[in-house]
Amino acid sequence: MAANNKFENTSIDVKEMIAKNKQGKSLSSLTEKLIPVVLFLFAIITVFTTVGIVMTLLFETIEFFKLVPIWDFFTGTVLKPMSQNPEFGVLPLLNGTIISSAIAMLVAGPIGLMAAIYLSEYASDRVRRVLKPMLEILAGIPTIVYGFFAFTFVTPLIRSIWPDVAATNILSPGIVMGIMIIPMIASLSEDAMSSVPNAMREGALGLGATKLETTFKVVIPAALSGIIASFVLGISRAIGETMIVTIASGSSKNFTFDITQSMQTMTAYIVEVSGGEAAAGTTIYYSLYAVAMTLFVFTLLMNLLARYVSRKFREEY
Amino acid sequence: MSLLTVKENIGMVNNSNTDMASLVQANKNIVFDTKDLNLWYGETHALKDINLKINEKEVTAIIGPSGCGKSTYLKTLNRMVELVPTVRTTGEITYKGQSILDKSFKVENLRTRVGMVFQKPNPFPKSIYDNIAYGPRIHGIRNKKILDEIVEKSLRGAYIWDEVKDRLKENAYGLSGGQQQRLCIARTLAIEPDVILMDEPTSALDPKSTLKIEDLVQELKKDYSIIIVTHNMQQAARISDRTAFFLNGEVVEFDVTDTIFTKPTDNRTEDYISGRFG
Amino acid sequence: MKYLNAEQVTKRMDGRIAKNNILKVLFLLATLFGLIVLAILIYRVVVDSIGWIDWNFLTGRQSTDAERAGIMGALLGTLWMMLVVAPVTLILGIGTAIYLELYAKKGRLQSIIQTNIANLAGVPSIVYGILGLTIFVRAMEMGNIILAGGLTLSLLILPIVIVAAQEAIRAVPGFLSEASYGMGATKWQTIKNVILPAALPGMLTGAILALSRAIGETAPLTVIGIPALIIPFPEGIFDKFTALPMQIYYWTIDSSLVAEYANLAAGTIIVLLILLFVLNSAAIFIRNKFQQRF
Repeated sequence: MAANNKFENTSIDVKEMIAKNKQGKSLSSLTEKLIPVVLFLFAIITVFTTVGIVMTLLFETIEFFKLVPIWDFFTGTVLKPMSQNPEFGVLPLLNGTIISSAIAMLVAGPIGLMAAIYLSEYASDRVRRVLKPMLEILAGIPTIVYGFFAFTFVTPLIRSIWPDVAATNILSPGIVMGIMIIPMIASLSEDAMSSVPNAMREGALGLGATKLETTFKVVIPAALSGIIASFVLGISRAIGETMIVTIASGSSKNFTFDITQSMQTMTAYIVEVSGGEAAAGTTIYYSLYAVAMTLFVFTLLMNLLARYVSRKFREEY
Repeated sequence: MSLLTVKENIGMVNNSNTDMASLVQANKNIVFDTKDLNLWYGETHALKDINLKINEKEVTAIIGPSGCGKSTYLKTLNRMVELVPTVRTTGEITYKGQSILDKSFKVENLRTRVGMVFQKPNPFPKSIYDNIAYGPRIHGIRNKKILDEIVEKSLRGAYIWDEVKDRLKENAYGLSGGQQQRLCIARTLAIEPDVILMDEPTSALDPKSTLKIEDLVQELKKDYSIIIVTHNMQQAARISDRTAFFLNGEVVEFDVTDTIFTKPTDNRTEDYISGRFG
Repeated sequence: MKYLNAEQVTKRMDGRIAKNNILKVLFLLATLFGLIVLAILIYRVVVDSIGWIDWNFLTGRQSTDAERAGIMGALLGTLWMMLVVAPVTLILGIGTAIYLELYAKKGRLQSIIQTNIANLAGVPSIVYGILGLTIFVRAMEMGNIILAGGLTLSLLILPIVIVAAQEAIRAVPGFLSEASYGMGATKWQTIKNVILPAALPGMLTGAILALSRAIGETAPLTVIGIPALIIPFPEGIFDKFTALPMQIYYWTIDSSLVAEYANLAAGTIIVLLILLFVLNSAAIFIRNKFQQRF
């Protein structure tokens, strides 16, 4: 290597320049201290959001229960907010929410799980790489589009087979909600099943079990917590889903179990009531918050349950 | 500096508190003086009563088996070790007479004077030019002409200028591993530190690139004090003036490299060097 | 003595294998089911909108007359709203992610914020609508203007943006920040010059995907009270507005009165889906083109 040294015949002294720059550094050390404070304020906005949600719901719900006894609200089967003698029983809404979610899960549960089994246990890498992004497209379709689809395609289709079904009914949006939730259940369950180590599968396959038997006797039991969590999250999603039921199930507040008829969910009620007319301070206006509070608590419990299940029963491989 | 003068300056420091080394070394400037350094990662006692005096404009090698604390010690010298949140130290290290472990000593100033080259080449995903200009820029040098000059000078200093001068605007990740490591050395040179710490700088490189870096180290010691951690004993023997042997977080022996490799005083050093463990 | 009768096992094996093969087909069909529905959905929307998407439809004003109705107002409303949502969520989302990943001490406060973000992601969008109605529209007296809608949707997608940004930061290898610190850079210099540029493609990809979620959101806007009335084109974030999904909503529910409204809704859906397609393509492009692999 050449022995010439480039550092001696140089015109600039970096060392000195840096030392000089260091002297006027009070501004940048202020930045250094200020940045984390500003970022902390940003981060705390998410906490304020939660506090904001809980506070608004809580205060107005309390106002509501001053006007309508809490017992009447939770046990009333009659909901007539607009009538001369209004009644505010939440059971018709709870009923609509539970029935539509149940229909959705009857669709999404089995189909989503089967799809997860196929993707995790049967599909080749190449097939999986094609199918998974396509399922993600399904998950990315806005719910308003599903609502349109339920109202203008699925309902007429059902009615052509089963004429008793009303033009607005809970069955059609329930099914479409299920289709919407399939990718979520498929993807989360597949994650759970894929993380079961291959050694466990090989144990069963090595004894002569078929893939199917291995899946049901080894993989699914091992991944059960993740699968259950995906179902719970699916239910939570169905409970909170708004536009599909609002469009396709109408606004009948009947307390009925007939899935061919129109029913209103909690979410659809919120859309109907908040749609401008209810003036602040009226009982109807406050009922909005009581229903929203009920909805919020329901979904929060579901989400906490999902997290608890997947944490508590997580298999340590 | 010839090998002869090194031999005249034979020094010996080990943790049995032989303090004659400081007497023998008196005619050399000491860049780092470590006194009774202890370091813990959480509950793990990683460095135990380290006492070392490191000379200016020499190559000091630190050898020892994996997990002996040699990298930890190196990273204590520019306080990079503080990036591990659970780290705790006692004792003192002075850099040119200033106590650096003290929290009031600004760590950024220390690292500006004490540069570091890492085990794995770690250029930024930026152009070659921007990699070199990174240090000067963060230290407030923005003049384009000056930056151009610094970039050329640093790349020449790391003997990589001829290989990259036509593609300064290209991403550094297009370079080979050996070139990347020399680029990282050039990047360190750009802010003209006094000391360069090297943490196994050739462990990820092929033999040819390794030799280039070793030659470079020999050139650099004219202007810089270099402390190099290596688990390649031939490398330590080839390029260093002094060698410290670390074992289980302690300094077993610190001496002129020739002495360490030809007539070590401690049996454990001899065992390690002759390949009986590690 | 043998417990297993080899002959019987062999005999039964054929049946077990057949069962496996039949169910394999069933599982495949289940996977394809969603995709078939997707195909039908898109086919239906395209068929319904054929002949309805023309220049007048894209640039025209709202109208009760199906033949004359256009969606320019809704399109502008959606775009203006995104001009609120994009900067707000990018700044807050990336800022929060930097705080949580790089500044916050691992401890109680950090874990409260983190858990809270996970919970917020599960809150139904309509509840955000109520928050927006109560805080922005009423308490702050904004009324149902673009800013109020944009801020509501920002809060809604903020958790998604934060989580994506956190993942992008975590994916930046530690040796890059080590290199920067090793040159004497301060923490903020390291974040600004090394970590953020390396994490930005991942952050942007996540943010764009979140933005496309916001564009399709309808429920919060219905709660805020977007009028079905015919209003002038919005010219800024303080104007009243309607948006593409709201237009789809009103035309869909009114299609039982005027059948042609279904065609208008379908046409609007096509425009909305194209917008989403463009955004998603941009996200994938950024991910593939700019994401540095280490």
